[in-house]
Formats: sequence, C-alpha cells, structure tokens
Amino acid sequence: MIYLKLFLVFAKIGVFGFGGGMAMLPMIYQGAQSFGLMSADEFSNLVAISQVTPGPMAVNAATYVGFNCAGYAGAFAATLGVAMPSFLLVTLACYFISKFKESKAIEGAFAGIRPVTVGLIGAAVIFMGQSAFETISLVPCLITLGTVILVGKFKVSPIAIVVAAGVIGAILCG
Amino acid sequence: MSKLEKVKNNLFLQLFWTFFKLGLFTIGGGMAMIPLIQDIVVDKKKWMTEEEAVDCIAVSQGLPGVIAINMATYIGQTKKGILGAIVATIGVILPSFIIIILVIKVLAGIGENRYVNGALAGIKAAATGLIAYSAYKVGRQVLKGPFQWVLALLSFVAIAVFSVNAVWAIVAGILAGLIYTAVKEKKNGNGGESQ
Repeated sequence: MIYLKLFLVFAKIGVFGFGGGMAMLPMIYQGAQSFGLMSADEFSNLVAISQVTPGPMAVNAATYVGFNCAGYAGAFAATLGVAMPSFLLVTLACYFISKFKESKAIEGAFAGIRPVTVGLIGAAVIFMGQSAFETISLVPCLITLGTVILVGKFKVSPIAIVVAAGVIGAILCG
Repeated sequence: MSKLEKVKNNLFLQLFWTFFKLGLFTIGGGMAMIPLIQDIVVDKKKWMTEEEAVDCIAVSQGLPGVIAINMATYIGQTKKGILGAIVATIGVILPSFIIIILVIKVLAGIGENRYVNGALAGIKAAATGLIAYSAYKVGRQVLKGPFQWVLALLSFVAIAVFSVNAVWAIVAGILAGLIYTAVKEKKNGNGGESQ
C-alpha cells in the first residue's frame, strides 16, 4: 500500500537523519529512489525548489515526494512519517534531559556521527551535481563557483544568491 | 478579560501561530531557525530561560530528525505537554506542506517553459555550490584528526561512489565512534583526555 510505504520510507529518514537538511539529502534521495519514487533530475528539482521556499528541507521533500506519488493523502502520509520519529524521540528526551546531556554513550556515538555527516553532505554535492551539470555548460559551472565564493568569502545571504541564480538561469539557460 | 484577549492569551494558539510564522519565514531550514527561535522564545515570549533554550537546541541538534520539528516538539512539550507539542509541530510543518503543493501545482500548470527550466537550472547550480560550501564549513569544524577524516571520506565514497545506503553509514559511524571513545578513554586512564 503506497501510503504505508511513503510513511515508512520517510519515518526511516526521520530516525537516521542526523545533522540537518543537507546531511539528510542522500537519505532522501536513496529512500525515494529505492521505491522508484524519484529520478536524479526530480531530486535536484526538489532541492532547487526547497532553496527558494521556506521551511525544513526534509518536510519539503516529504510533501513533494508524497504529493507526486499519491496526491494529498500521500503528502500527508510522508510528512507524518518524517515528523513522527522526531516527535517521539524529543518527547522522551524532555523527560531525560539531564541523563541525555551527560551520557557517555551518546557522546561516543556523536564522535562517529559528526564525521559521517561531513561525508553525507559531500555525497549530496555529487547527487546534486549529477543533474546540475548534466550537460557540461559554462553558465551553471560559473554559478556554482560564484556561489561558493560569494557565500564563503563575502558572506552574501544564500537566499539572495539563489534568487539571483534563478534570474540569471532564466535569461541565460532558458 | 475580553474575548479577543482570551483568544490572544491562549497558549495553544500562541504556540501554533509562533511556529507557523517560523515555518513560513525561515528559508534555509532548521539551522537558520535557531537564532530566531531563541529571540522569540527567550526574549519576546519568555517561555524559556536562556539555559533552557540552550538545552532545547542541544537536544534538537543531537537527536535525529528535522531540527525545526525537534525544537517545536520540545518547546510545545515543556509549555503544554503532548498537546502543546502536537500544536507547535503542526504549526511549523503546515507552511512547507501548503507551499510545496502550491509550487507543484503551479509548475504543472505552466508545463514545459524554457524560462522556468532555465531558472531551475540556475538555482540547481547555486544549490550545488551552497551544499559544497556547507560540506566545507561543517568539515572545518569536525575534521580535526585522522579518525574523523577517514570516517568522513569512507562514508562519502561508500555513498557517492558505491551507492551504499546512507543509513548504514550512520550506523557504522555510531559504532566507530563508540569504539573510538572507549579505546581513547582506556589509553588515557581515568585522567580523561587532554584536548
């Protein structure tokens, strides 16, 4: 049943998604892909849309994949899936806050999770790039390079960059 | 108290509305939301002390899942129990949910349009750059020694090249981290490590 499948795929992303939206991207991609829910191109569309719309990336992804697969109910099932683990885990953590903060095991686990997160974000770059540079052309390459420089060196707001990139793309890549 | 004031002072409504606005106005996800939440919850609404807010952020970042949902659940839970958590979570999710469905419908309505496709191509290229920079930024913070480098590179190659499921990379990372800290602690005896 498609609704249950959507719920479970996104619940898994909710359980194992450490380190915020960018680090969750590979999981979203693989999760959606393994059920034939999404192509590389659609994935990069989703990420592009998430950059210009508000809200958490994973919720955007759940809504996007769910709606495209099975309409409103699908979007609801997927979003519920991605939110449910957070909801349960945080509710538990509220009761055990002091233990949570002092736990040696959690500290140890994070010594390993943090470096993996870096690898995950790196993999997201590759997944994104596959579609962004599908046909190697100058303008997208320059935009990517320009983005890194503007955000890294000149601390320009990512939203401003993304909007500008959209305008440039519409004029030059259209 | 007038009826309007009563409605305004209803904590459930306040939770919903506060998180709805946060969901609506933060582009860039949970990390971008953190300073805003601190400002509203600690300074404006006085729902939490500075210290409680720090706990909330630590738990929200530490646990898996969507950081914005984690924070909404945490704050809703501490103010009004389970029902408060549900109300705040729905509030933070709803804007994304509505906007994404609208975008899909609008894009489908436009159909194949070269300007829309061009704009998407431009945004994709910029997004690739943003993610690359994020990898660099997090990497600079986290990759402090050979253990961290090896783990990051292994998980990158496993996922990007060999299509290993990202879940396994996380599980392997947890195990490696547990073993690493246990070994390090043994080596250093009871004195603990010196950074």
